[in-house]
Amino acid sequence: MKMAGDKDHVYEGLKTIVGDAFVSRDIEELYMYSRDPGASIPRNADWVVLPNTTDEVRKIVVLARDMKIPVVPISGGLTLSGLAVPVKGGIVMDMRRMDRIVEVNEMSRYVVVESGVSQGKLLSFLKENYPMLRHSMPDAPPAASVVGNTLIYGSGHLSKHGAHSEMINGLEVVLGDGEILRLGSLAVSPYWFGRGPLPDLVSLFVNWFGTTGIVTRLSLKLYPAHPLRDMLIFLVQDPGTIPEAVSRITATDLMEDVLIVASRPPKSPSVISLLTVYLTAETPEELDFKKELFVDMFKDFGKEGSKIVFTPKEMLPQKLVHGFMEEPQYAAATADFKKGGGFEYVGVVLPLSMVPVAWKKGEDIAKKHGFDPLYTVRNVGLGHSVVFAFAYPFNRADEESLKRSRDALADTNDMALEIGGTPWKSELEGQARIMARMDPMVLSVMHGIKKVMDPEGIMNPGNWEHG
Amino acid sequence: MALDDFKDIIHRCFRCGYCKFTSNYSDFNCPPYNKFRLETFSPGGRMWLIRAMMLEDIEPSQHLADILYTCTMCANCVEECRFKFHDNIVDIIMEGKASLVEAGVVPPSVRDFFKNIYTNGNPWKEPQKKRGDWARDAGIPPYKKGDEYLFYVGCIGSYDQRVQKMAGAFGQLLLRSGISFGILGEEEYCDGNEVLMMGEEGLFEYLALKNIELFKEKGVKKIVTLSPHAYNAMLNKYPGLGGDFEVVHYTELLKELITSGRLKIPGTRKIKVTYHDPCFLGRWNSIYDEPREVLDSVHGIELVEMKRNRENAFCCGGGGGNFYTDIIGGGEQSPSRIRSREAAETGADIISVACPTCMTMIEDGLKGEDLDHKIKLMDISEIVLSAIIDAGESI
Repeated sequence: MKMAGDKDHVYEGLKTIVGDAFVSRDIEELYMYSRDPGASIPRNADWVVLPNTTDEVRKIVVLARDMKIPVVPISGGLTLSGLAVPVKGGIVMDMRRMDRIVEVNEMSRYVVVESGVSQGKLLSFLKENYPMLRHSMPDAPPAASVVGNTLIYGSGHLSKHGAHSEMINGLEVVLGDGEILRLGSLAVSPYWFGRGPLPDLVSLFVNWFGTTGIVTRLSLKLYPAHPLRDMLIFLVQDPGTIPEAVSRITATDLMEDVLIVASRPPKSPSVISLLTVYLTAETPEELDFKKELFVDMFKDFGKEGSKIVFTPKEMLPQKLVHGFMEEPQYAAATADFKKGGGFEYVGVVLPLSMVPVAWKKGEDIAKKHGFDPLYTVRNVGLGHSVVFAFAYPFNRADEESLKRSRDALADTNDMALEIGGTPWKSELEGQARIMARMDPMVLSVMHGIKKVMDPEGIMNPGNWEHG
Repeated sequence: MALDDFKDIIHRCFRCGYCKFTSNYSDFNCPPYNKFRLETFSPGGRMWLIRAMMLEDIEPSQHLADILYTCTMCANCVEECRFKFHDNIVDIIMEGKASLVEAGVVPPSVRDFFKNIYTNGNPWKEPQKKRGDWARDAGIPPYKKGDEYLFYVGCIGSYDQRVQKMAGAFGQLLLRSGISFGILGEEEYCDGNEVLMMGEEGLFEYLALKNIELFKEKGVKKIVTLSPHAYNAMLNKYPGLGGDFEVVHYTELLKELITSGRLKIPGTRKIKVTYHDPCFLGRWNSIYDEPREVLDSVHGIELVEMKRNRENAFCCGGGGGNFYTDIIGGGEQSPSRIRSREAAETGADIISVACPTCMTMIEDGLKGEDLDHKIKLMDISEIVLSAIIDAGESI
């Protein structure tokens, strides 16, 4: 990457676009935006800028293009895999001033948000103003952004409807040459209700990590919010039974969400695996019916040692029960498991049938690097796939601990690809491993598209680059 | 305390961002983050920068000082952080400021604040002799041995004309209740809470010891403070320095006087009132009910809550010395203007406060928003006193 031009000229240009208060090249901001909470190695930013409008984003991109400077968008900054940390320096564009909820279409159930809207803000806004509607809340911290999470194939409490990327109706996006596209039905209609039946260009910006354009607005599907919500917790004796169990549960299409967590609680000699079925209902009778159905489903399931054992909430620590019901769940707690302030995970999108294999291989990797297995497995679709997360907490103050996490992450990426999975929101090393295994023709088309979309190579460069 | 005492904690901040929000995530509740929106101005950002300074990855600088000194010490981060070390966040920020003081890298206004307090006993270089002038016409007596309470007025109450009225109203209510009390007047000295929050621990200790010695010399057993900031210092910090007094905030004492029947509030005030929780009364010391109970005890008052209230109250922006240094700055996104807009949104006739700092900040906020003609700013004592006066009772 050529870092052409005068740094002062860029700085002044950015100030002209967004105002003095929202540009920095001070060491403190550069330090902060050169690292994320995950295990990635810091990489230097040169400027930080906070636009407030799509037009400001466009002007910044034009400036970056003219000066041939990288531009890296960040919204929540919580991928943990360094996707918003600049690989080749340049401008980090913090989107969080653009945090307006632009429109809610109650009848057609969609919301249009700017790219800085946090998951927490949307959750709270819908609860207060549209209690009959909800979005699929991930278990990321509330500061995670709706747009960022959606663009990187996030999943959440309503992922029975698919990954969040599949809930996109349309995008407003600033291209590498400064042009603005509005994709989805908005391309031909005043309503932003869907992507089809037009040729689908939205996908050109999904899972591309900002390398093809910067999304400034997104229309997202909303779903009915039912007044009653509860859960059933089952103890999984044998992970080998998980595919069959999830398949049975999802076949009913009567659950809201299925989530499996496995960890070794403090003072416990072994890993405990809990399968949680989340239920929603309009009436107490409906809720009771669903509960009974799922409890009955596993009464005679499996033999001793391979049962799915219903565990009434009253038998569990209430803190755990409360945590499971929370929206979002407090997944960030993982960062303090080693009193070290950090964790990173490899999320792997897998066919349901491969969960037991991944489970076993994950145990081997964990053991090799001195970890206890720490898993979450979320159903996506109706048993169509799962997102299997292998987490590795580390102590930020201990370089050796960080290295062990990085090594475990690398092994997990390899394992995931070996067993036929697809690593999710991969950091640079993971991306390299994916591309090394990718069908060369697909890789070639991918890079061709990228070349067309970003001829100057300024859009979050370093990501999805081969060789 | 020293920054080194937190070396096993500071790296545990994950920068997950819970600390920025209200408990329902509806709004950013960290005043500097809400205004500047750079990650560095969030509580987690500060934690990471202070750690970077400890590791010598970054040097103390004026910009770092600006970042740390915009922190109003409102403790929303303490309330919302989900990690076990959450109680330590403001302590760490305080110690970060202390490191900057030690390095001699503080904003000029912070330097002036310390200097003025040290040489004049107040931030504005006002003569010490004039500290009790406000009380003369109000008939507030000087403290004498044997009085039940020392009424500690504080710097803002002593010198700010608007807050003098607040102090006067509370004094009138004490007189009416028959309780024995007095002020120190020109003998009163700064309580030091803000000095401590700004990281000048040596100066704080000097002030605290000076006050403790004076209080003991005067035979003080019980102190009622006008300011929640003074309340915090005297209740939580003075005991560690040998100052073991019974300390109450004036809203606590008012509640007790009303409940016990020593202070009667005749008449009716048909008004809609909203109440702004001061950070050093609410989040720092968990006093949320007493001020509301005092308001409730005035017949006719309808208490309407702002969207952000109690543990979720949005800071006025004056804490951590910002009422003087104004490092967080003005404009539409200044905390006091945001808070003034929120108060007006309730449709209240009056925004009530229980803190001198909040009173000065909200006064500015209302003016900045051109709301000072639409919603009246009153302290809780003034509301109670006005109800008594309206009922035709003489003072």
